[in-house]
Amino acid sequence: MTSVNQEPASSEPAELMATPDASADLMANSFGDYLRIVGRRVRSGESGALPVIAGLVAIVIFFDVKNSLFLSAGNLVNLMAQSAFIITLGMAEVFVLLLGDIDLAAGYTAGCGAVIALWMLAEGDPWWVAVIVSLIACAAYGALQGIIVARLRLPSFVVTLAGQLGLAGVLLFLIDSTGSIGVGGVINLHNSIINDIENGQLSPTATWIVMIAVSLAAAAFLFYGDLRRRTAGLVAPPVSVTLLKGGAIVVAAVIIAAIANQNRGRAIVLEGMPWSVLLVLGLLFLWTVLIGRTRFGRYLYAIGGNAEAARRAGISIVGIRTLAFTLTGLTAGLTGIIYASYLGSISTGVDGGTNVLDAIAAAVIGGTSLFGGRGKMLNAVLGGLVVGVIYNGLELLGLSAAAQEMWTALVLLAAVLVDRITRRGSA
Amino acid sequence: MRQDVTVNDTEPLLQLRGIGKNFGPVRALTDVNLEVPAGQVTALVGDNGAGKSTLIKTISGIWEPNGGDILWQGKPVNFHTPKDATNAGIATVYQDLALCDNLDIVQNMMLGHEVLKAGLLDEIAMEKTAKKTLADLRVTTVRNIRQPVGSLSGGQRQAVAVAKAVQLDAKLVIMDEPTAALGVSQTALVLDIIEQLASRGIAVLVISHNLTDVFRVANRLAVLFLGHMVSEGPIANYDTNSAVHWMTTGTAPDGHAAASQPTEG
Repeated sequence: MTSVNQEPASSEPAELMATPDASADLMANSFGDYLRIVGRRVRSGESGALPVIAGLVAIVIFFDVKNSLFLSAGNLVNLMAQSAFIITLGMAEVFVLLLGDIDLAAGYTAGCGAVIALWMLAEGDPWWVAVIVSLIACAAYGALQGIIVARLRLPSFVVTLAGQLGLAGVLLFLIDSTGSIGVGGVINLHNSIINDIENGQLSPTATWIVMIAVSLAAAAFLFYGDLRRRTAGLVAPPVSVTLLKGGAIVVAAVIIAAIANQNRGRAIVLEGMPWSVLLVLGLLFLWTVLIGRTRFGRYLYAIGGNAEAARRAGISIVGIRTLAFTLTGLTAGLTGIIYASYLGSISTGVDGGTNVLDAIAAAVIGGTSLFGGRGKMLNAVLGGLVVGVIYNGLELLGLSAAAQEMWTALVLLAAVLVDRITRRGSA
Repeated sequence: MRQDVTVNDTEPLLQLRGIGKNFGPVRALTDVNLEVPAGQVTALVGDNGAGKSTLIKTISGIWEPNGGDILWQGKPVNFHTPKDATNAGIATVYQDLALCDNLDIVQNMMLGHEVLKAGLLDEIAMEKTAKKTLADLRVTTVRNIRQPVGSLSGGQRQAVAVAKAVQLDAKLVIMDEPTAALGVSQTALVLDIIEQLASRGIAVLVISHNLTDVFRVANRLAVLFLGHMVSEGPIANYDTNSAVHWMTTGTAPDGHAAASQPTEG
């Protein structure tokens, strides 16, 4: 009996075990091995962040050829600031997308949150009180949606579509209720701290210190994690791969800092990194730890992968879904603050519908599945940059509004198509 | 082995006495008796609609019986929910396996029982635990336990599902058609795991259509026919022909055993 079993087991070709989906980091024994496995993964569709980075580079080259201003420091920093709210709203969507749900209301959640914050600021409340109240309101709204979706088992698409329509009305109502503050349907932002999120920057020295410290910390974190696996006698990526990744993080940080520290002002000196970049990085770290290193995060993936398996493992699906929608609401609230800072005001003209679709597009272009179970916070950052680059680049080309809209549509479609082809059916 | 002592003479780990189950006017199970001893593989066979699935769902707490007693370690128990059965030490591996394809082997095995350190997942501790369980079961075909379950073969997935059950200190593992839709080598892998379970003193109750597999691993056979337990006993009392006769007619084959040819296994 034993010999019967041993034989087929050992004759399983090793190739078959090293399936393309497997994490290249942990399968590789050497650096060359690693490259081979990564290559195989890209070809077979489980390619991680590589296609979106490649796509981003291609789009950037295209726009730079068309207009050399595109790669100027001024425009790149502008691009970072411009993309910030798409990125954070995309991160908000990742929570629910991982479950296979969607939140179409998040754009207006952000809008309403911004109205609440700016209204309170106009009434003279301290900035941090306004921010906290606004975030709590947005999280509470997210929780309400989560409860409806999870408890009543209604499709999130319909519930949050209703939410989108309802909140669009609430936004108008709120601005109307502010009376003299929102005359003409616009509430202006008169708080330097909130304004500085998008319009203020760190000093060049601080930019260098912060970016180098942050990237070194990230690289050290990565290295330490792999080191612990190695010392525990578990499979770990080759040291060369760990070093390469850590190096890439530091190089990227140095490039961003160098660009941000160029003087991009015309009449006055304007240099240093916008605060919004730091805010996005902070949120990226926080939410990545939350969905990657906690029980809640693990359960998000489990429910998105196989809800029945999760239920049988004793996971409260209602609880996790409600919490996911709550976090989407909370992150949308933060987006609202960034958005208000970017616009310098909030008005009845907020297009929460377009914003939320841009955010979902960002998450999906970055590699998050619409069907649940696959995705990372980093996807929203990379995808958000793609969306931001497209908007920014088309504007630089000086096209008419009509042409811009149509080109945006085509480029987004192409991006998703490329993503689909590289992932070949893994949805 | 310590379990071997308990196997022979003391009461079986699980005993069903006169179990009945109705769905409205339909009698799915009538007066079913069954003994499942520790450290042995009991095969539950029967034609389609014989009530095999109903019976295991009754044992695993999905459905409550309408009559009869379930004795667990000699004491009568009532499992109202699957959780009751799981807590008692009954793990059921259903045909759909209940695995998350997007999670890796360790994550699947520890799902719902994650180890935390300072509030964060302790991946290293979890990986060590999972690795040990798989090694105990002699699952060696999986090269990397950090690969997503979706990338595994059918037999490996079955192995992970069983390992997950064993991880929870199951005393009885119920498996529903574990070798259905598996190739030859994959089937061998699963049968090997079943033997490993039994040798560790765990009781195994296997539903199978494949008599070849049954005769390879089972110590005991139980035949259901239209909701009745028509025959039950050590595997030595049966051969393929007599088992098929019991399954298809519900009656004893005349002058069996002696005339029939030996089976493979």
